[in-house]
Amino acid sequence: MEFRFMLKGTLIAGAILGLSTAAIAADKKPATMSGASAEMLANTCNGCHGPEGASAGPASPTIAGISKDYFVETMQGFASGEIPSTIMGRIAKGYNDDELEAMGEHFSKEKFAPAPAQKADAKLAKKGAKLHDKYCEKCHAEGGTSAEDDSGILAGQWTPYLEMTLADYIKGDRTATKKMAKKLKKLHKKEGDAGIQALINYYASQK
Amino acid sequence: MSNKISRRQFIQTAGALSAVGAIGTPFLAFGATKKVVVIGGGTGGATAAKYLRMADPSIEVTLIEANKDYYTCYMSNEVLGGDRDINSIKFGYSGLAGHGVKVVHDMVSGIDAKGKKITTKGGKTFAYDRCIVSPGIDFKWDSIEGYDEATAEKIPHAWKAGPQTVALRKQLEAMPDGGKVIIAPPGNPFRCPPGPYERASQICHYLKQHKPKSKVLILDQKPKFSKMGLFKQGWKDLYGFGTDKSMIEWHGKDEEAGVVKVNAGGMSVTTAFGDTIKGDVINVIPAQKAGKIAFAAGLTNDKGWCPIDLLTFESTIHPGIHVIGDSSIAKGMPKSGYAANSQAKVCAAAVAAMLAGKEPGTPAYTNTCYSIVGKEYGISVAAVYRLAEDHSKIIKVSGGLTATDASAETRRREALFAHSWFNNITKDIFG
Repeated sequence: MEFRFMLKGTLIAGAILGLSTAAIAADKKPATMSGASAEMLANTCNGCHGPEGASAGPASPTIAGISKDYFVETMQGFASGEIPSTIMGRIAKGYNDDELEAMGEHFSKEKFAPAPAQKADAKLAKKGAKLHDKYCEKCHAEGGTSAEDDSGILAGQWTPYLEMTLADYIKGDRTATKKMAKKLKKLHKKEGDAGIQALINYYASQK
Repeated sequence: MSNKISRRQFIQTAGALSAVGAIGTPFLAFGATKKVVVIGGGTGGATAAKYLRMADPSIEVTLIEANKDYYTCYMSNEVLGGDRDINSIKFGYSGLAGHGVKVVHDMVSGIDAKGKKITTKGGKTFAYDRCIVSPGIDFKWDSIEGYDEATAEKIPHAWKAGPQTVALRKQLEAMPDGGKVIIAPPGNPFRCPPGPYERASQICHYLKQHKPKSKVLILDQKPKFSKMGLFKQGWKDLYGFGTDKSMIEWHGKDEEAGVVKVNAGGMSVTTAFGDTIKGDVINVIPAQKAGKIAFAAGLTNDKGWCPIDLLTFESTIHPGIHVIGDSSIAKGMPKSGYAANSQAKVCAAAVAAMLAGKEPGTPAYTNTCYSIVGKEYGISVAAVYRLAEDHSKIIKVSGGLTATDASAETRRREALFAHSWFNNITKDIFG
C-alpha cells in the first residue's frame, strides 16, 4: 500500500514539478527519535567489541580507553570510506557527529584491558621494543600504552587487528598521518616485513 | 497512534505516582525493593537480567530458566561443520549470579498478569513489579505431514542448539561418502534467517574434507533467502556451485521444492511439486511461533507472535510484561541473536527508568550477523536502527551486506570478526 502510494505520488509530482524520484523518496523517510544517551549508543558496540569495549578477541580491537578524538575521526573515516573496513563502514554511517562524540567520550573513560594470553616471541619482542622506541614512541607514547595525542593504544591490542591495520597502511589502502606515513615507510624499508612482525610481537608481549 | 496514547498515559501515570510520593507515602517513595522477574535464560533474557542490574543495582532481578546450561544457536553450525566442539557453545549462569541476578532453575507454568505473580512447576511463586519474558521459539509441529516431536529424534531440526545439534553431527559423521544430505528450511518468519544456508555451507565444509562425493540438497519453500547472493557466490568459490560437479544445490519456490511431507521410516521427503527424494541425512526445520510461555501467558496474537510497544518492549496485550527476542514483533528487526541482545538492553534501560518513575529514554538498536561459508570465508549483514518518531516501527538508518565481489582478504577478515563477535557477545550476555 505504502509503496503504491509512493509510486503514484512520485509519478504525478515528477510529471508536474519535474522533481527527482530520490528527492521525493527522501521526503517520505519517516523521522526517527534522537537523543539516545551515550550509554545506550555505546551498548550497541559491545556485541562485537566486548562488554565496556574490552574485546575478547581474536580480532576485533579493544576500544575501551581509546582517545575520544581518535574514536570520532576513525568512525568518520569509516563512514566516508576513507578508512577501509569490512563492516565498520556500513555501521559508522548510522551515527551522527554528536552521537560519535558522546560514544567517544564514553569509551575514553573505560579502562583499556590488554588482550589476555597472546602468544609473543620473546626475541622478536625485544627487537620490536627497539624499533618501537625509534619509530613509534614519539606519538604512541609509553611503549604504545598511552592514548594521549589521540593515538591508538597498541600495547596489548589484539595481534590480528594490528596485523590487518599495519598491512592496510603499508599497502596504501589506509592513509596514515604524514608523520606516521614517513616513519612507517622508513621502518618498512629498512627492516622489511620482519621488522613489522617484531613490532607486533612487542605489542603482543605487553600484558 | 495507539503508541502515542500509551506514551502520554505513561507520562500521566508517572506524574501521578511522583505526586503521591511527594505528598508523603513513604511506601511508594522509598518503598519496598523493586522486583523484576526475567523468564528465559537465552540471549535476550540473560542480557536483560544482567543489564538491569547494571542499570540499577537496587532492583531485585530473578531469572527463571529451566536448564542449567544454555547452548547458543549461533556458531552451532560450526559444530556441524566439525571446526568447533559442542562445549564451546555451552554457557552457564554463574556470570549472571556475579552481577547479583538471582538465578532459579525451574519451569514457569503461568503468569498472572493482573496479580503480577509467576508460578512455577516447582511450586514456587514470584511476585514482580515488572516482568521480562524472552521465550525464544517453538515449532509448529503440524506444518509438515509426517514430522512431529517424536520424528525429530531421527530427523533432527537442530534449530535449538544442544542435543539436537549433537544428533545431527553424529548422523553426518556416520554417513557414507557419496551420501545425500537434505535440508528443508522453514517459511518466514523464523529464527536466524541466514542460518539454514550457513548450515548447508558448513556441512559442505565438512563433506569437502572428509566425504567429497557427497551432496547437500536444499529444498526451500521460499523464492529467495537471506544473503542469497553472497551465499551463492561463496558456494561457487568453495563448493562448485552452478557446475555439474557442485556439492550443493538449492531449489526454491519456483520449482515448488518446499518439503510438505516427511517419511521418517523410508528416510525420504516429498516436495510441493510431488517429487519424493531419499536422503541419508535429513534436516527438517519446521515453521515457527513464539515460545510456549508466550502462549501460556496470553501474550501472542493470532499469528503466534507477541505484539509490543517498540519503545519499551512492553506487551500491548498485558501491561507490566515485556517481551524481547525472537518471540516479539520487533517490526523492522530480524530474529537474530544480536537483535535479541540489543533489544534486551533497550528493554532493561526502559524497565529501570519506568521503575524509577521516569520516562524511558530514546532507544538505539543494532544487529550484526555473520555467516561462515567455509574456511576463512565470512560474510555479513549489519544494521543500525532507530525508532520511528511515531513509534510505529524500528527503522534501519545504516547497514547492508558485504560486497559480493569482496576480496579473499575481506572474506578472511570477516571470518575472524565473526569469531570475535561470538566471543564478545557471549561475554556480554553471560559474563
